[in-house]
Amino acid sequence: MINAHLRKALSKQTWQPAIRDWLKNTLATGLINLTALVVSGLFVWLLSDVVLHGLPKLSWGFVFDAPRNAGRAGGIAPIIVSTSWILLVAIAAAAPLGLATAVLLTEFTRPASRFGRCVEASVGVLAGVPSIVFGLFGNAFFCVYLKLGFSILSGGLTLACMVLPILIHTAVEGLRAAPDEYRQAAAALGMSRSAALLHLLIPAAAPALLAGLLLGIGRAGAETAALIFTSGYVDRMPGSWLDSGRALSVHIYDLSMNVAGGDANAYASALVLIVLLLTINSLAMALTQHWLHKKMIRL
Amino acid sequence: MNPFLLDSELPADPNSAEAQQNAYTLGPIQAGPACCEPTPLISVEALSLSYAGKPALSDISLDIYQGCITALIGPSGCGKTSFLSALNRLTDLIPGCRVSGRIHYKSRDIHATGQDVQGLRRDIGMIFQKPTPFPLSIRRNIELPLREHGMRHAADLEQRVQQVLQDVGLWAEVKDRLDAPAQALSGGQQQRLCIARALALQPKVLLMDEPCSALDPLSSGVVEDLIQSLRGRYTVVIVTHNLAQARRIANYAGFFWVGEQAGCLVEFGRCRQIFETPRHELTAAYVNGARG
Ligand SMILES: Nc1ncnc2c1ncn2[C@@H]1O[C@H](COP(=O)(O)OP(=O)(O)OP(=O)(O)O)[C@@H](O)[C@H]1O
Ligand SMILES: [Mg+2]
Repeated sequence: MINAHLRKALSKQTWQPAIRDWLKNTLATGLINLTALVVSGLFVWLLSDVVLHGLPKLSWGFVFDAPRNAGRAGGIAPIIVSTSWILLVAIAAAAPLGLATAVLLTEFTRPASRFGRCVEASVGVLAGVPSIVFGLFGNAFFCVYLKLGFSILSGGLTLACMVLPILIHTAVEGLRAAPDEYRQAAAALGMSRSAALLHLLIPAAAPALLAGLLLGIGRAGAETAALIFTSGYVDRMPGSWLDSGRALSVHIYDLSMNVAGGDANAYASALVLIVLLLTINSLAMALTQHWLHKKMIRL
Repeated sequence: MNPFLLDSELPADPNSAEAQQNAYTLGPIQAGPACCEPTPLISVEALSLSYAGKPALSDISLDIYQGCITALIGPSGCGKTSFLSALNRLTDLIPGCRVSGRIHYKSRDIHATGQDVQGLRRDIGMIFQKPTPFPLSIRRNIELPLREHGMRHAADLEQRVQQVLQDVGLWAEVKDRLDAPAQALSGGQQQRLCIARALALQPKVLLMDEPCSALDPLSSGVVEDLIQSLRGRYTVVIVTHNLAQARRIANYAGFFWVGEQAGCLVEFGRCRQIFETPRHELTAAYVNGARG
């Protein structure tokens, strides 16, 4: 009797599924590990390539000097300044507008209203528009129509248009994820909607807002196509934001594509760009942490 | 002496220990006659409520008496929460929710044009089933709504925070960590903090939607004692699934039931009458069935 059970248990019918399951599991975990390896490997390779080629050229002189001989020699000081200005203009224009749009969509429009759906659809379409199209639009609208010419302002505003959909999308997601209980409890305490928004919902959505902002800065910092038509490629130190200014990404593109013998400096510039973006990221994160903490205990 | 005590709570001798214990130190007892000749503070007439065209409450009429605890009981989904939310117009927040009928608070229609909704909600506070502390420190939880209502001086705020925390019996537990996150408190402490936050605005009415149901029996007992201590000083409307609790604390009780399509009020009266001599057979069945 027992023997029969044992034999049945050990027979092929019961073993095969077990083996199949084991195989499936191993295969699945293997595949997942492989993907992780490929992704992180790609990142490490990219970073080490830039660091290895860029680091030897990097010095204080490179950061603080003006470029000479079309960028083959000298440094990138004016370019760092232009880049920072362009990014600043882009974020200063896009962040408030993006947050305001998201607040309007989530807090002051009924879900499924025609207006809300229209705005969200347009945001989705805008997010998918290639950057070169933004460049052409920025040139036609800011440079020509608004007569801002090739300038840091035109470039920054064009980038603002480009990152706006990202900011709106992440902010909407963040605000939608903020617990409804906060809205109800705040209303039940006789607080106005704007007070609830300012003191509860925006802080609750802050991590998402920050993530969107960093994504936007990253995209804006890497943008080349949209800037060539709007902020131009003059590599002098900008005197005002109505001057043309060359962004780091444009400089890297120019050095590696148009200037023979510019590769080394292109790598060094790329390294500077990465460090610049990382610095902005950590700064923004630290500031948000600080702000959230202060918000919690004081006004 | 507190004129709002339950019949069974009336101490024989006003100088007895029990009577002393009921002599509150904080806040005056709301002026008004005793519950044997009650004055309605809120009167609801023919209230109906629907969500996106689907009726949830139909034709509810009742009076909420000043200084008393009114318990609302009934099965799940009969619209008790919806009824409470209608009383301070929290239903305005829900898209597609329509309220008809009249609700008078202090003899004034709360749906009248020009009604100050924020002021109304400040007067008629609400405590939710799930404790809803804000992601702020304990102190800021109480200060934030106060500041919104124009209290600015640090000393006033400080004093009010301490007073309400003492009122809800939380002061001893948190006085050393007022700047710690409120969400790190236990569930029962969070619920008491929410009550303190509502009390800080000096409301006249507190609506409580199953305030003890998310708490363990001990914390639930603490919150229940707290609600008891509010009698006379505030008008309390409490929804509870705990019939024993309703019986222990309420002066008045209302029994809701899911009618043909929407929730309706089957019976309303003195708590003792509802539980001991219900007029309606549904009430009798619910009260007795749930007891067994
Ligand atoms: N926001 C809403 N949108 C649509 N329908 C709702 C909404 N809130 C409640 N309802 C419906 O209204 C009816 C009454 O709900 P309500 O929450 O008031 O009942 P309740 O008596 O509080 O129940 P419980 O005892 O379970 O809390 C239910 O049928 C419910 O489905
Ligand atoms: Mg409910």
